[in-house]
Amino acid sequence: MDLAYSEEEEEFRAGLRKWLASVLPALPPRPDPRDWPARRAYDCGWQRGLYDAGYADVHWDASPTRRLIFLEESERAGAPYVGANFVGLLHAGPTIAAEGTKAQRERWLPPVLRGDEVWCQGFSEPDAGSDLASLRTRAVRDGDAYVVTGQKIWTSHAEVADWCELLVRTDASAPRHRGITWLAMPMDATGITVRPLRTLAGSTEFAEVFLDEVRVPVENRIGEENDGWRVTMVTLSFERGTAFVGEVVACRRVLAELARAARASGAWDDDVLRRRIGRLSAEFRALWRLTQWNVSEAEASGGVPGIGGSVFKLRYSHARQELYDTAAAVLGPDALDLGREWNLDRLSSLSYTIAAGTSQIQRNIVAERILGLPKGR
Amino acid sequence: MDFRLTEDQQALKAGVRALLERRFDREALRAAVEAGGTLDRALWRELGVAGFFALRLPEQEGGVGLGLPEAVLLFEEAGRALLPGPLIATHLAAGEVPGAAEGKTVVTRPDGALVDWLDEADVVVDESVGAGGGRESVEAVRRRAEPVRSVDPLTPLHRLPVAGPGPVPADAILLAAAEQLGSAARTTETAVQHARERAQFGQPIGAFQAVKHLCAEMLVRTEVARAAVYAAAVTADPVEIAGAKLLADEAAVRCARDCLQVHGGMGFTWEADVHLHLKRAWVRAERWLPAAAAEEREAAALLGTPAEAA
Repeated sequence: MDLAYSEEEEEFRAGLRKWLASVLPALPPRPDPRDWPARRAYDCGWQRGLYDAGYADVHWDASPTRRLIFLEESERAGAPYVGANFVGLLHAGPTIAAEGTKAQRERWLPPVLRGDEVWCQGFSEPDAGSDLASLRTRAVRDGDAYVVTGQKIWTSHAEVADWCELLVRTDASAPRHRGITWLAMPMDATGITVRPLRTLAGSTEFAEVFLDEVRVPVENRIGEENDGWRVTMVTLSFERGTAFVGEVVACRRVLAELARAARASGAWDDDVLRRRIGRLSAEFRALWRLTQWNVSEAEASGGVPGIGGSVFKLRYSHARQELYDTAAAVLGPDALDLGREWNLDRLSSLSYTIAAGTSQIQRNIVAERILGLPKGR
Repeated sequence: MDFRLTEDQQALKAGVRALLERRFDREALRAAVEAGGTLDRALWRELGVAGFFALRLPEQEGGVGLGLPEAVLLFEEAGRALLPGPLIATHLAAGEVPGAAEGKTVVTRPDGALVDWLDEADVVVDESVGAGGGRESVEAVRRRAEPVRSVDPLTPLHRLPVAGPGPVPADAILLAAAEQLGSAARTTETAVQHARERAQFGQPIGAFQAVKHLCAEMLVRTEVARAAVYAAAVTADPVEIAGAKLLADEAAVRCARDCLQVHGGMGFTWEADVHLHLKRAWVRAERWLPAAAAEEREAAALLGTPAEAA
C-alpha cells in the first residue's frame, strides 16, 4: 500500500505543471457550446498544443499512473478536457492501437494525436441500447468495400467528425455476438445523414446518423470480420477504466466551492445540509482513492483497465447526481435559474447513470463477472 | 505509486485469517455467543503471542515494528471473523499498560457514555479522567457504571453516568473502520454464496436481477470503503480517517442488512450469523466517531477550518 509517486513520476508532474502554467494564460476564450465547428477547432487546437509539447499520447501511455497524473494536473490547472477528441483519444484510438494492423495504426493514430482528425461513435441503435449485441445496421460485402445501411443514435460529435467507429452486422445467421464487425467509416462518404438530437439540457450533444448504402473500404476493418464484439469489449473497458479521472478531481473542487457558497448564503447553518456536504467530501475522496487503486491494478496487469471500472462507474455516477442535487439544495430557489452556476451541470448529470452502460447493466456486469452470479433475467 | 497490498501485507493478512479460522471458527463464535460476554483468555493470550496487540510497537520494545496499514489488515480480518473483545483499546494500550502487548491484560476504554467489556477488563484507560495518567481502577469504574442490555450478544456494554468526551485517537477510529470493512466483505460473500445456492422458481435466486443487483451494490459499497480505509491507513490524515469511518460504517451496516434480506426468512433467525454482523456493525457505528461527527469533520475541513474534537 503505497500512495507516494516515484521520483520519475514526480518529475513528470513538475514538468507538466510548469508547461500548463506557461500555456494556459495564452489560451483563447472557450467557444460558445452551441457552436460545434468552433468547439472542434478549440479542442483540436489544444490537442495540437499537447502534441507539440510531447504530451499527445498520454492517454495511450504504457503507464496508467502517468495518465492519472496528467488528468489530475490538467484539471487542477483548469486546462481543457479532450472534448471533441474523446472518441479518438479514448475509444477508437486505443482500440486501433490494440487491435489494428501496423498500416492501420500508422494511418489513423497520428492524426488523432496531432488533433487533425475527429472521431465519433456509431455503436447504439434505436433498438440496440443496453442490448448492444442486437444491433441491426447491415454491412454487405461488395468487392473491396462493405455497403452499410442502417441507423445509429447517441452519436456524439457526429456533425464535426471525420471518422466514425462503426459496429455493423456482417453475418445475420451467426449467433448475435459473432456476426458483428468494427469499421472505420469516413464521415464524408455518400449516403450519410446526420440529424442532431437535443438533450434535456437544451443543447445538441449528440445526433442520429442515418446510413443509406454507404461504401466503407474493407481495409477500414479493425480486427477480423465478425470479430467486432471482442474488439468492442476492448474499447468499452477503456471507457469504463479511465474516462472519469479528471471529473473526480473537478467534483472535489466544485464541492469546496459549494461549501464556500453555502457559508456565504447561510445555508451552512443547516445541520442536515452541512453534513450532506461533509458526506459528499468523504465520498469523492474515496472515489479518488478507488481510482488510484484501479490504476495500480491496471499498472500491474499491463495497462488494460479491468472490470473494477464498473464498480467505480456505479458509485461515481450516483455521487455526481447527488453533488448537483446538493448544489440545488444550497441554491434554494436559485436552483430554478439556468443562468446560475451548477444548474446546467445538474441537468447533464442525469445522463451519467445511463450513458456508457446504464447502472442496471453495470450491476449485471459486477454481479456476473466479479461475483460470479449466474446469468438470468 | 502502487496502492495494492505488498506481498508481505498479503501474507500477513492470510496468516491472520488462517489463525482466526483455526482458533475462532464458527463453532467457537457460536460458543462465545452462548457464553454471553465472557472473554476467552487463552485466545486473548494467543492473539498476543501472534503480535495482534504489539504489532505497531518497535522491535526493541518487543513489538513487531509494523505500521498502521498492517494494523488495518489485522483488524479487517478480526471484523470479518467477528472476533470479540476490546481489541482496539488493548491494541492501543500496548507498550503503555503492562501485559497489554502480550495479551495478558485485557484493556478497555470508554467512548462517550459507553464502555465495552468492563466486567472482563483488567484495566480501564480513560483519558477524560485526569488523575493517574488517565487510569482509574476497574473497580472504581464498575462502581459508577450501569450494565446495559447490549444489542450485540458479543459486546457487553456499560453506561457511565458522566459521559467521558475524551478525544478518540485517530488510529482507534481507523481500526474500527477496518473492522467494519471486514464485516462488510464477509456479509457480501455470504450473501453471494447463498444467492448461488438457494433455488426458487427453478433457478438460483442469484440469477434474478432483483437479488443480483442487491449483491452488486454490496460489493460496490465494500470496495469503495476498502479504498477509503486503506488510503487513510497510508496517509493517517485525521480527516481522511473520519471519511473512511463514515463509509465503512455505511458499508458494514447496509451490507449486513442486504445480506439479511438475501437470506429471506433464515436471515431473521438467531441461528444465521448475519444478525451478529449487523448488531456489531451497529455498535461500531455508534462508537469511535459516529456518522454525524464524521460528517462535521469532513465539512469543517472543506472550509479549511480546523477539525473540531468530536
